[in-house]
Amino acid sequence: MSGVHVTTTINGDAVEFVCQPGEVLLDVLRDRVGLTGAKEGCGTGDCGACSVTVDDRLVCACLVLGAEVEGRTVTTVEGMASGGKLHALQSKFIEHAALQCGICTPGFLVSAKALLDRNPDPSETQIRYALAGNLCRCTGYDKIVRAVQAAAKELAVDATKAAKKSAKKAVKKSA
Amino acid sequence: MTTDPSFTNQTFKIIGTRVPRPDGLDKVTGRARYGADASAAGQLVGLILRSPHAHAQIKKIDISKAEKLPGVKAIITSDDLPDLVKGKRDMLDILENCMARGRALYDGHAVAAVAAIDAETARQALKLIKVEYKVLPHVTDVDEAMQDNAPVVQSWVRTTGNPESNKPTNVCQVSQFGHGDIEAGFAEADVIIERSYKTEQTHQGYIEPHACLASVGPDGQGELWVTTQGHYTFRTQCAQLLGMDIAKLKVTSSEIGGGFGGKTHVWMEPIALALSRKANRPVKLVLTREEVFRGTGPTCSTSIDVKIGAKRDGRITGALAVLRYQDGAFPGIWGMLGGMTAWACYDLPNVKAIAYDVLVNRPKVAAYRAPSAPMAAFAVESTMDLVAHQIGMDPVDFRLLNAAKEGTRASYGPTYGPIGIRATLEAVKNHPQMKAKLGPNQGRGMACGFWFNFGGQTCATINIGVDGTVNVSVGTVDVGGSRASLSLIAAEELGVSYESVKCTIADTASLGHNDTTEGSRGTFSSGMAIIFAARNAVNELRARAAKTWDIPVEEVEWKDGQACAIGMQHNNLEPLSLAKIAAKSPRTGGPIAGHNETVADGAGVSFASHICDVEVDPETGATKVLRYTVIQDAGKAIHPDYVEGQFQGAAAQGIGWALNEEYVYGKDGRLQNPGFLDYRIPVCSDLPFIDTKILEIPNPGHPYGIRGVGETSIVPPLAAIGNAVSNAVGVRMNHVPMSPPRILKAIKAQRAAG
Repeated sequence: MSGVHVTTTINGDAVEFVCQPGEVLLDVLRDRVGLTGAKEGCGTGDCGACSVTVDDRLVCACLVLGAEVEGRTVTTVEGMASGGKLHALQSKFIEHAALQCGICTPGFLVSAKALLDRNPDPSETQIRYALAGNLCRCTGYDKIVRAVQAAAKELAVDATKAAKKSAKKAVKKSA
Repeated sequence: MTTDPSFTNQTFKIIGTRVPRPDGLDKVTGRARYGADASAAGQLVGLILRSPHAHAQIKKIDISKAEKLPGVKAIITSDDLPDLVKGKRDMLDILENCMARGRALYDGHAVAAVAAIDAETARQALKLIKVEYKVLPHVTDVDEAMQDNAPVVQSWVRTTGNPESNKPTNVCQVSQFGHGDIEAGFAEADVIIERSYKTEQTHQGYIEPHACLASVGPDGQGELWVTTQGHYTFRTQCAQLLGMDIAKLKVTSSEIGGGFGGKTHVWMEPIALALSRKANRPVKLVLTREEVFRGTGPTCSTSIDVKIGAKRDGRITGALAVLRYQDGAFPGIWGMLGGMTAWACYDLPNVKAIAYDVLVNRPKVAAYRAPSAPMAAFAVESTMDLVAHQIGMDPVDFRLLNAAKEGTRASYGPTYGPIGIRATLEAVKNHPQMKAKLGPNQGRGMACGFWFNFGGQTCATINIGVDGTVNVSVGTVDVGGSRASLSLIAAEELGVSYESVKCTIADTASLGHNDTTEGSRGTFSSGMAIIFAARNAVNELRARAAKTWDIPVEEVEWKDGQACAIGMQHNNLEPLSLAKIAAKSPRTGGPIAGHNETVADGAGVSFASHICDVEVDPETGATKVLRYTVIQDAGKAIHPDYVEGQFQGAAAQGIGWALNEEYVYGKDGRLQNPGFLDYRIPVCSDLPFIDTKILEIPNPGHPYGIRGVGETSIVPPLAAIGNAVSNAVGVRMNHVPMSPPRILKAIKAQRAAG
């Protein structure tokens, strides 16, 4: 069986790989690209431990073929922090003890980011339903939901600050 | 979320603070390496062929075609795993569970394994292995397995305990616990309630499947990277099963993606090592979720009868439980543990538990968080509610009246020291949830739970760097934040900052034997070893200060992280900090370290009481948990966040067990739901916030008063929810899980009965 050559963008970097036609994105990421942050908990799309985004759409990497990401943009947990600065979700997960064993954490972070990107101010119920595709066996979800709430709050403060700053700049410019 | 420290008389500087965990950054960035995240140059992919039959004789395994497939490097069957542990039946059981020896004993039992250059080749090779089976009669239900005409799972098994038996049977052990005169107790009672209960089999459900990377060379040396709760135990078991020298097998525990008891003994690790040895290449073996369900874990299904007799004033006069636990296809002690824990919450004059361990054609049962206690608690605590109702007493008052206390002779033998059961019940009584109003179709329940705490063999090493930072090496694995707790303990004891301590889980070559991280022992026992190791390091630090000052060591004391000279003649000497002494260490005698190797005695028992409010939809039978509170005695909460996390996680597992989770076997003895879609564990939208209250009743057996906290809170939920659902629907629920069909059936039966 001959491989498929794929050109794609992963966490902002141009990446090329060759994979088998039947090989799932999760195996490509883990075994060919060397990004082991996404985990296989089930291989059937039930646990969400392999959550990544493809062109900003949240997917289970175990249900997407590697060949399908040709020309697309893939983001994994490894792409969440910018340089030395953690994403608010990452720092709130640590601060709120939202992980115990941590195997589900990458999936939760990617899913929670996808939620906050489209709904910056979710209710508790919206958070719980948005994360219902991610299984955690350690925490009972309590501290995870609290961490997402805290991150949403922090991101809202950051957004307000940024808006004020740019408004100030605009005022200065117009003056 | 509250902590009541009023029972504690110790004061701490940093113990009890909510510091960030040291492995947090790695775990939120995807950098942390779990079982399946390691690779080696030239590694092969290992896969396992499993029996599709519940019980079958393996007449022939033909590997000739598979062997010829290009890319296949090794195939093994039980022929490659000879019995090297002659006479040690428990070890042979583990080996036979890893790979069937002549007979497949359950659906999913491994029969052969292959190592190939890639997954696709390995999959093809599995298809080319031809196994000839002769299907045998099977039994999967615990009550059926105890009948005289039941198929016998293991022909060598005889009943031990009382009564002993010399004929082949599925009852491998009968255990009895208790004291007093049970018949006299029942004769004295004004009210007697007798009920039967069933609980179904559940899996630990850790999100990380079993995974390992094995490498063995022809020189007999090997390495194993593995997700495990006990890498030292894995080393011993693998070495003994494969005829290797223990010292020549180095086992490194990866980050562990959950275990809950399911990663306490070997499953496929000896297979990976045997494949590697045969192929002379590293082999990576990762189980699929289906394999995890069919071939690992789970806990027992049970059938339990409970009889309680009480006076009108609420005093229990007699208590009897008959417990039948299935251990899967190999003998275990799970029924025995159920018998020991059943009545442990109460102070009873006449009490008895008779427990049966029974074999069936299901996977070998493994520990699952407070193993065996939740089922016994379901039966006992449900009956407790019925008795309270019958005599018209509040269920909490009824339990308080009969609760065990310091000096109570436990039903399983020992006499209790200071314990927390009454304190948890008082806290339940005073909790606002108990007074909150309930709506239509809603019900409230509460229940108590007990679990032991294990100590065991433990080592710790503390190495102090020349910059005054501290390395702590331990041999218990970090399942839920223990590196943070253990760093806090080292920092507290040495008087240094939390940030200056780095805690590492040592591999088997770097530290002496440590027992498996089970029985809620991680923080308890490694914490104890660290305290003693730190005290040894402090003695050395004092000696170095004495040497620097040229005074006798007896005149140096350790205070707040520094050496202070005592006595009038030394009062002009500036105290020497740990960092200052460490900086001078190359010239005062070399590296400064402290070690401790111990059997951590003094484990204390732990109790929890839970409150649960539910709403049951009478049309669908679906139950929603509206509010849930966990109250548990922690001894001393080293890191309250992770203590709360244990309470909440245990409660959530219990909720899943109570309402949904269940192994479903077909008539053919095959597991019908080996995946997370059909075996549904609680998801985020199923649960409310889980409130917690930490009580701190110090364990006198530990220098800091620590009790294990990890397991106890999975014990009450089955019963707490059972009581809540029963109160909501007006029918006593006696079968777990209380899934919608079971609840509907119970409601309909009640209606039909009028």
